[in-house]
Amino acid sequence: MSNWMEDLREVIPGNQIMTEIADRYSYSFDASFGEYLPDAAVQAKTKQEVVHIVKIANQFNIPIYPRGQGTCLSGGPLPVHGGIVLDLSQWPEQIELNADDLTVKVSPSVLTDRINEEAEKHGLMYAPDPSSAHVATIGGNLAENSGGPRGLKYGVTKDFVLGLELVTPEGEVIRTGGQTIKNVTGFDLTKLIVGSEGTLGVITEATLKLMPKPPSVQTVMVEFENVRTAGEAISRTLTSGILPSKMEFMDKACIQAVEKFQPSGLPVDAEAIVIIELDGHPETLKLETVLIENIMEEIGASNVSIPATSEEAAKIWHARKQVSPAIAKIKPTKVSEDATVPRSKIPDMMDRLNEIKEKYQVEVVVFGHAGDGNLHPNILCDKRDQEEMIRVEKAVEEIFQAAINLGGTLSGEHGIGTMKAPFMEQELGAVGLEMMKRIKDSWDPNRIMNPGKIFPEKGQKLVLRNE
Amino acid sequence: MSKLQSLQEKINYDKTFDCVQCGYCLPACPTYETMERETHSPRGRINLVKMVAEGKASIDDLEKPIEKCLGCMACTTVCPTNVQYGQILEGAKEVIEDHQVKSTSRKKMEDFLFGSFFPSGKWMDTLGSLTWFYQKSGLQTFANLLRLTKAAPLHLDKFEKVIPKQPSPKERAKRTKRYIRTRPARAKVAFFTGCVMDSVFFQTNQNTIELLLRWGFEVVLPEEQTCCGALHAHSGKVHDSIHLAKRNIEAFEEEEVDYIINNAGGCGARMVEYDHLFEEGTSWHKRAEQFVSKMKDISEVLVEVDHVYFNKLIDKTVTYQPSCHMTNVQKVLSPPLQLMKKVPGLTLKELDRPDFCCGSAGIYNIINYEDSMDILDVKMRDVCNAESETVVTTNPGCLLQMKLGIEREGVNHTMDAEHLVDLLLEADPQQR
Repeated sequence: MSNWMEDLREVIPGNQIMTEIADRYSYSFDASFGEYLPDAAVQAKTKQEVVHIVKIANQFNIPIYPRGQGTCLSGGPLPVHGGIVLDLSQWPEQIELNADDLTVKVSPSVLTDRINEEAEKHGLMYAPDPSSAHVATIGGNLAENSGGPRGLKYGVTKDFVLGLELVTPEGEVIRTGGQTIKNVTGFDLTKLIVGSEGTLGVITEATLKLMPKPPSVQTVMVEFENVRTAGEAISRTLTSGILPSKMEFMDKACIQAVEKFQPSGLPVDAEAIVIIELDGHPETLKLETVLIENIMEEIGASNVSIPATSEEAAKIWHARKQVSPAIAKIKPTKVSEDATVPRSKIPDMMDRLNEIKEKYQVEVVVFGHAGDGNLHPNILCDKRDQEEMIRVEKAVEEIFQAAINLGGTLSGEHGIGTMKAPFMEQELGAVGLEMMKRIKDSWDPNRIMNPGKIFPEKGQKLVLRNE
Repeated sequence: MSKLQSLQEKINYDKTFDCVQCGYCLPACPTYETMERETHSPRGRINLVKMVAEGKASIDDLEKPIEKCLGCMACTTVCPTNVQYGQILEGAKEVIEDHQVKSTSRKKMEDFLFGSFFPSGKWMDTLGSLTWFYQKSGLQTFANLLRLTKAAPLHLDKFEKVIPKQPSPKERAKRTKRYIRTRPARAKVAFFTGCVMDSVFFQTNQNTIELLLRWGFEVVLPEEQTCCGALHAHSGKVHDSIHLAKRNIEAFEEEEVDYIINNAGGCGARMVEYDHLFEEGTSWHKRAEQFVSKMKDISEVLVEVDHVYFNKLIDKTVTYQPSCHMTNVQKVLSPPLQLMKKVPGLTLKELDRPDFCCGSAGIYNIINYEDSMDILDVKMRDVCNAESETVVTTNPGCLLQMKLGIEREGVNHTMDAEHLVDLLLEADPQQR
């Protein structure tokens, strides 16, 4: 250890190298499961520092794990094999906005919300809106290819990346893509790197695409007497020529949890609600609101409410935001999944989730971005109860299986990380996974860059228990 | 019970499970911003408490991160899962306090400070009077007066310049225990004078009584009242702090009052949580609940101004630095702003980040001077950008710290800091 540490200190200032036990434990976790003690946590504030750290890691064969603010829900920055956690969150913020080109160049540490704030000053917006955007760094969003409610209309992080600067696992600097909307020069390495969960290198700069900010928004809340109708209503809306910016789903357990936690005026008798947000020109929104009302009535929704003021609308979205704290009151541990299915299969997925809930006797609540098939079944449990956690592990496995069987995917927006790695082959097939592995091995011959993620290790199983 | 189990109980291990490690507290935490590492964030601290409770880290490992926490509670306001950070922090402090082997001189100093000094009205009066004497005579510095700098590396001398002019002992002695001007009174209130507030900011306390009278209240000052115990709790001395709570509850039960009024955000925050100190169902818990239900910050009762108008034009620009404990614990947010907006001529320029702590945090600025100054520097950038003539606060600690910040920035010729109460009285409120 002393050798590489001495080499590190040649370039990296002492206060950016953390080796005390309190510091090491502070970088041992993220917002998912498990804690792994790294040998050191090292902060990089410039590209040169990243290059230096990565070269040393590569030379001494030390695993290295890039980390933003540690809000990852799939274990991306967990130092599962010890080594160095590379903290990029303290890199000084750089946001270079070019309004005429509708692009922005950012450092990896920039909080995602800050990009949107700057864009709005020019009447523009950065569309991806993960719910942690006010905490999470763009570097982490790029590594995990984060989504968000607006993904329905605008797409996810990868759809907004024009170019990247990356330090490769061997410590070389490359640039991918560029600054133009169209670019077909060579392989699309940009898209390969986005969502590679830090296994192919460290992103040190990104050029992102901005869009004109829609002039107005309109919220509509629809109540349903059964979940299947809610699912059909989503498909019917999307095939009617209307593309809402958000379509958020909450099941009965969710609604009741929110009302119990903080009464917000949600309909406690409804089996499900769908909260829709339309964006665009005010005149268009008036027409679309009426169209949606008609569709919902026709399909048999039990009630449609259209908030008259932005305050009333804000109240509905506030209630949606209360889901996380509200369900945490049911039980302390939250296993948040993001298995995603084709939109038409939402009702089937809901049925499967109900069966799984019965079979394993676990608490499941479902909410999420139903408009794009991205449900968030959350299992509420207690980490300290070993017996219960075994049942939860089995339930999670079946949720993954159900999503794959319905033609869906393991992860819509959280990433694979450690938790879902054991299920990769089921979705991709042995050869599909092997081709990915070959890419990884050629990029990172010494396998130092975020090992233990995406690719399952021999005999690896889903484990939510610490012991 | 095994050693680890009893540690787990004491350190509130169970409560750490409420934290889902989402990290939403990070942008709200001043020390995460200035110290630039997860170790000094709420999420990091809670995790370390958990690691200690599981025997993976030692109490020594926990000491620095906990000591460096301001206790501003900004994290609790943004926490989506309502983690009881305050209780986790106090539990950790208690465990550290019990574990520490302190030098004899440090122990003596602490015994004096927490056992005799803060809880004693006499000592506090004496501090005020002595400060007055030394200010008048110019003989000694404040630091030497207390003879504390030798016992611990405190930076009291830095605060010397910003202590306000003290009234003479004669003026102090003039204060009585009961005031009434309007009959019938609107309501009867008991005034909690506080310890530091009543010594260093005696005049502000007098102004508080005057304001309450002008609003038509009858004001009583229960004689047996003592320090609120916040500083004790912040230092891990939980038993002392419970003892002080009991003394205050008793003192304020002596007379039937409608409200108990305080003018110090930090003290108020401690006292609105007195019920947390006692087990539910006990008689002390019931008495504490009674006490808590009457406790109000002065701005909460003054905000009803229909029958009062401000007679004097105050032609200046002010900014408002809210006390963290008032915002995050008492949840008193708008009354001070509403009151200032009623003052004729006053221009209120709000800060960009009013909820960012000023770094005073009880006696944090004395014990962790350098760290506190890093936080103050961030605050002062915001304050200077607001381009105001006066920074208004509602807590003695914040007030001293803002004065110190103004001094450090070298803008003391164009800017000052004052308590909301002093500003309001200057505007000469009169009953209609």
